[in-house]
Amino acid sequence: MSTLSYAAPTTVDDAVKLLSGASGLAKVLSGGTDLLVQLRSGRVRPDLIVDTKKIPGIIGIREENGGFVVGAATPGAVVEEHAGMKAAWPGVVEALDLIGSTQVQGRCSLAGNLCNASPAADSVPAMFAAGAIAVVVGPNGRREVPVEQVPTGPGRTSLGKDEFILEFKFPVRPARSADAYLRFIPRTEMDIAVVGCGINVTVDEKGVCTAARVALGAVAPTVIMVPAAAAALIGHTLDEATLAKLDAAAQAAAKPISDKRGTVEYRIKIAGVLARRTAAIAFDRAMGKTNGKAH
Amino acid sequence: MAKQYVSATINGEQAEFLCETQQTMLDVLRDVIGLTGSKEGCGSGDCGACSVIVDGRLVCSCLMLGVEAEGKTITTIEGIAQGDKLHPIQQKFLEHAALQCGFCTPGLIVATKALLDENPNPTETEARYWLAGNLCRCTGYAKVMEALDDAAAKETADAPA
Ligand SMILES: Cc1cc2nc3c(=O)[nH]c(=O)nc-3n(C[C@H](O)[C@H](O)[C@H](O)COP(=O)(O)OP(=O)(O)OC[C@H]3O[C@@H](n4cnc5c(N)ncnc54)[C@H](O)[C@@H]3O)c2cc1C
Ligand code: FES
Ligand code: FES
Repeated sequence: MSTLSYAAPTTVDDAVKLLSGASGLAKVLSGGTDLLVQLRSGRVRPDLIVDTKKIPGIIGIREENGGFVVGAATPGAVVEEHAGMKAAWPGVVEALDLIGSTQVQGRCSLAGNLCNASPAADSVPAMFAAGAIAVVVGPNGRREVPVEQVPTGPGRTSLGKDEFILEFKFPVRPARSADAYLRFIPRTEMDIAVVGCGINVTVDEKGVCTAARVALGAVAPTVIMVPAAAAALIGHTLDEATLAKLDAAAQAAAKPISDKRGTVEYRIKIAGVLARRTAAIAFDRAMGKTNGKAH
Repeated sequence: MAKQYVSATINGEQAEFLCETQQTMLDVLRDVIGLTGSKEGCGSGDCGACSVIVDGRLVCSCLMLGVEAEGKTITTIEGIAQGDKLHPIQQKFLEHAALQCGFCTPGLIVATKALLDENPNPTETEARYWLAGNLCRCTGYAKVMEALDDAAAKETADAPA
């Protein structure tokens, strides 16, 4: 006999009530590209699945006060087709684009990538670097949470059992701002990051960095912010001395494990190299030199 | 929980079915509706043998719940041919011998259809990235690429001016 229930509420209130009222484990469903794999393998055994995709606004992108708001369950393919997001946040878009195949892109979402809380999740370092804000809804209404406060460990988040993410806010872009994301994998497609790096910068007319955020994936139990790496960039052009400091700061922050994809030593070294390459792309984009894809 | 009632459009026809929450769309297609063209190679989103088009997007039916089909329009491999007439993509797969055991073929054909619907003249790089989630363990991909190219050329030539 099956005991797994399913509900597809059409309002936030109904979704929250379902989550609060659930007697056993309730799981929120967006694209299902993590959840269905875990269901099938028996790694998660929920009693209730709450499919959020019928809630208005949870799929789609809108402009608000000069920034972008991306619905939590918006599929990767939809975000990539959005010219405004691509122009303002090329790093976030290229990171999301790296997830899985065309088929996976038809379903995978930012919320699922963040809340699955894998340290190697590709869009997460880019969202951290972007300073995206998660709009979390629950029984006490809405709260806005910086994305870097959502994952707390592999597979764990800071959200309550009756909360979920409704949408992500991407802030207004100052002039000469751009981001980039690079991951290192041993092949060209369909693999999990050995290291991932997201960098978001603003520069002045001379190319001197005035603001920066740097995040690394797959080098700690969660994706991490690396303030020391950002500090190495701020106040400088991207010359060799700055790159060397950035590289050292990224390596110092990396506390990876050894697994089949790479050893501790290898991952630390790669973290530095990727930070250099990602910064070069972000600075070039911010200066208007290129706006192409990094991949 | 009792089985749920779901109504969807599958290959242009209204379809109604009952399914349990944990049944995937692939389970429903194969075991409930009897459309066994979509294959299960892995059940985890890696091989693409279960590819279907849902509301215009290519997805793995093994990573979608059957209950999520409510109100959706779905095309499976059974909906690609026009009656007895093979679709040009199917015809070109045959002509180029782009299959051996054929297990991956339904997924490859559905994925190729979704590509050409969106981008009638893909470059080789675009086509290879698009099909990166469709694995073939017998034929390799060279003949698939030839069939795809030829189908794209034929569709472009046949398209009304
Ligand atoms: C073949 C394949 C390849 C993949 N490749 C990559 C890759 O290269 N890089 C990568 O990073 N990932 C990869 N993934 C993993 C997966 O596709 C991503 O993590 C994806 O972003 C998950 O999004 P989803 O919408 O499908 O999430 P779901 O499966 O719907 O959800 C994932 C988790 O997040 C929770 N959740 C979902 N929505 C919300 C919400 N709104 N609020 C709170 N919690 C929520 C769910 O309860 C669940 O625990 C791959 C998966 C497959 C099957
Ligand atoms: S069976 Fe769905 S991707 Fe392999
Ligand atoms: S023809 Fe056998 S798997 Fe492709």
